[in-house]
Amino acid sequence: MVEIQSGIGTAIPPAETEDMELYHPKSWWTKYVFSQDAKIIAIQYSLTAIAIGLVALVLSWLMRLQLAFPGAFTFIDAERYYQFITMHGMIMVIYLLTALFLGGFGNYLIPLMIGARDMVFPYANMLSYWVYLLAVLVLAASFFAPGGPTGAGWTLYPPQAVLSGTPGGQDWGIILMLSSLILFIIGFTMGGLNYVVTVLQARTRGMTLMRMPLTIWGIFTATVMALLAFPALFVAAVMMLFDRVLGTSFFMPALVEMGTLLPHQGGSPLLFQHLFWFFGHPEVYIVALPAFGIVSDLISTHARKNIFGYRMMVWAIVIIGGLSFIVWAHHMYVSGMNPAFGFFFATTTLIIAVPTAIKVYNWVLTLWRGDIHLTLPMLFALAFIVTFVNGGLTGLFLGNVVVDVPLSDTMFVVAHFHMVMGIAPIMVIFGAIYHWYPKITGRMLNETMGQIHFWITFLGAYAIFFPMHYLGLMGVPRRYHEMGETIFNPPSAHMLNIFITVMALVVGAAQIVFLFNLAWSLRKGKPAGGNPWRATTLEWQTPQTPPVHGNWGKELPVVYRWAYDYSVPGAAEDFIPQNQPAPDRLSRGALA
Amino acid sequence: MAVVVVLVVLAVGSVLFHFFSPWWWTPIASNWGYIDDTIIITFWITGVVFVAVVLFMAYCVLRFRHRAGNRAAYEPENRKLEWWLATVTAIGVAAMLAPGLFVWNRFITVPDHATDVEVVGQQWLWSFRLPGSNGKLGTAATGSIAADNALGLNKNDPNSLDDIIIEGGELHLPVGKPVKVLLRSVDVLHNFYVPEFRAKMDMVPGMETYFWFTPTRTGTFEILCAELCGVGHPQMRGTVVVEEEADYQAWLQEQPTFSQLMASGEDVQTAEN
Repeated sequence: MVEIQSGIGTAIPPAETEDMELYHPKSWWTKYVFSQDAKIIAIQYSLTAIAIGLVALVLSWLMRLQLAFPGAFTFIDAERYYQFITMHGMIMVIYLLTALFLGGFGNYLIPLMIGARDMVFPYANMLSYWVYLLAVLVLAASFFAPGGPTGAGWTLYPPQAVLSGTPGGQDWGIILMLSSLILFIIGFTMGGLNYVVTVLQARTRGMTLMRMPLTIWGIFTATVMALLAFPALFVAAVMMLFDRVLGTSFFMPALVEMGTLLPHQGGSPLLFQHLFWFFGHPEVYIVALPAFGIVSDLISTHARKNIFGYRMMVWAIVIIGGLSFIVWAHHMYVSGMNPAFGFFFATTTLIIAVPTAIKVYNWVLTLWRGDIHLTLPMLFALAFIVTFVNGGLTGLFLGNVVVDVPLSDTMFVVAHFHMVMGIAPIMVIFGAIYHWYPKITGRMLNETMGQIHFWITFLGAYAIFFPMHYLGLMGVPRRYHEMGETIFNPPSAHMLNIFITVMALVVGAAQIVFLFNLAWSLRKGKPAGGNPWRATTLEWQTPQTPPVHGNWGKELPVVYRWAYDYSVPGAAEDFIPQNQPAPDRLSRGALA
Repeated sequence: MAVVVVLVVLAVGSVLFHFFSPWWWTPIASNWGYIDDTIIITFWITGVVFVAVVLFMAYCVLRFRHRAGNRAAYEPENRKLEWWLATVTAIGVAAMLAPGLFVWNRFITVPDHATDVEVVGQQWLWSFRLPGSNGKLGTAATGSIAADNALGLNKNDPNSLDDIIIEGGELHLPVGKPVKVLLRSVDVLHNFYVPEFRAKMDMVPGMETYFWFTPTRTGTFEILCAELCGVGHPQMRGTVVVEEEADYQAWLQEQPTFSQLMASGEDVQTAEN
């Protein structure tokens, strides 16, 4: 045995900060609308993200309908198709996944899991949400603006993003998109600073960094990364806005558009790509790391077993976070950048596979000799491992520079990133909602509806994206609103497209069951009690469920052990909460 | 139990799909068989890992699912196992990376005797330029583009005058001869992509990019644009014909040079006046 949770028996360090003064709401408005309570802000963030995420879901239906039945829906012309893919991508990556993991789960879980009363800067936290909401509204407004939203693809590559051959390029679309991104980053920065400072400054007594649940490690590391990565996107957005509105040439070389020489000169389209991906690649892990952290806790809790290799898991998160800043140009192997870069970026990219694989091994080794309860959170966690391993492995194709050459810009890429940063993190989001809904509302989500939702979503999503890789391998490019006649494509490829579309419609429809469950269980769900999963972490030990303003009553909890004391030999129960002292030293394994 | 069955079916089904589905890459028509080989190596390594992980999970669920009275083991770490797994993973990764970098080195090292061929992209049309009798392409710039000079060639560069220009037509290439494809765009990003050649590269306004390959079999192939370039992106198609040297030379003789094009442009203007 190892001395990993040697905290037991050692003195509890004194509190690092005084108990904080909370802002106490004086009216309904300041309690539920302009709230400074992280739990309310978390719900506001989550509901907004889910609402705009539903728009993205409908957009994905529309584009799938076009791909399966080109021409059948006359309102989905080329312009609209490109607007749909652009808005779908940007909404999913930024406004749904980033906002939900950090603004939603981060806000709810950080103070509760580290034993704080609230975020350190509650007012800035509130502003963060309202600026985020504004960003979402600006984005949504582009649907109603003249010319509609931008159709530049979510990567917004100039020069096409600001030219007339692209929907919204010379209308309002691109301006609103860039403005919305700038607002999002401003809002995120206020929230993000809060999450980082709260984790560093407001942990309760005994909650050392190496006793934090992996959920917090994931969210914390992702937030640090986001604070470092988003400025690159901010700069790129501002410069492109100048190019579009003021006629500058940051990204615009001399070019002839439809026979007319434009007044731009000397700008570099590649510069934009470097800035975009300097943000864009860390962004993948900004979404993935919270998912890694959360899923670790779901697996551990529902397998009634400590997470295997906790220290390795923490270091893997930190190393992945660091490495993800030096791999960005693997998105640009065929961009025309100096090809010698390929050696460096392929090497760094494939090195990331090692800490990532360690995480996968440790998840499945946590299942080994566990006591696996096949609850909904556990089912979604298993689905996460399957889809993440699948998507991660295809990343080894695309990261390995020369293998990327034939596959780049094909449906293989689309299938890969949907599997790894779409489906996999969303499996975790669902698992997390089934897991923490009882804490947030005091009631369990309905099991039957949950099972229906799980099986359709998991199997359907796999059936959508696994075969899609082979379309790309065949040479079908991405971002084609219709393939048309080709020399190399067999007719059966179109059958596959129809199959994928049918699956997409079914999986999308299954989300209605989930939404209904969320609403129905709020009133009709089984009462959950304070700790229905018999979990160790602090959020399950609050005096009230749902936790009230200030979280902890009079006294902050004191932490005596790591977050994973499940099935400790000799203990009466198969879990020991983090705030339970060990007067009789019953936690033998932890001492040895 | 349903979970166990589904996991096993998923692992086995994915492998069966891989081997038996009709969807696979197009028969190769260039020297980049190395790339296909590297993909095959990658498929094997990643496929084994995927099946192993999913089947291991299935076994765990089967063997360790909750039954009354069960209790999980308590084992926080096992450093030996963790390092062993990390080492095996690193070896697997190296087994994919090493051949990958080896082939990449070939991919970016253009043979000295490769013939230059220029491809110019614009919304939404492919044009081509081949060196004339002196074997050299003349200089060109986006700023020089005019009605009678669609590719922006430098009229004062003697190397330009004999360049052969194909606007919107087919590109022909002789089989078995290495080609350095020089890529230029006059407006937005494009990407010159022929699935059978395996290679592709972006075309970026303001700079010249390149890749090289050797066509290895004759035939007619489709050029696709693989970088989103506006609403006409999927319609931006072209054709490349790979043929025997004699056929190629015959075709080449029929193509206009830059100076011929300029002369005919003046004729048209004179006629209009």
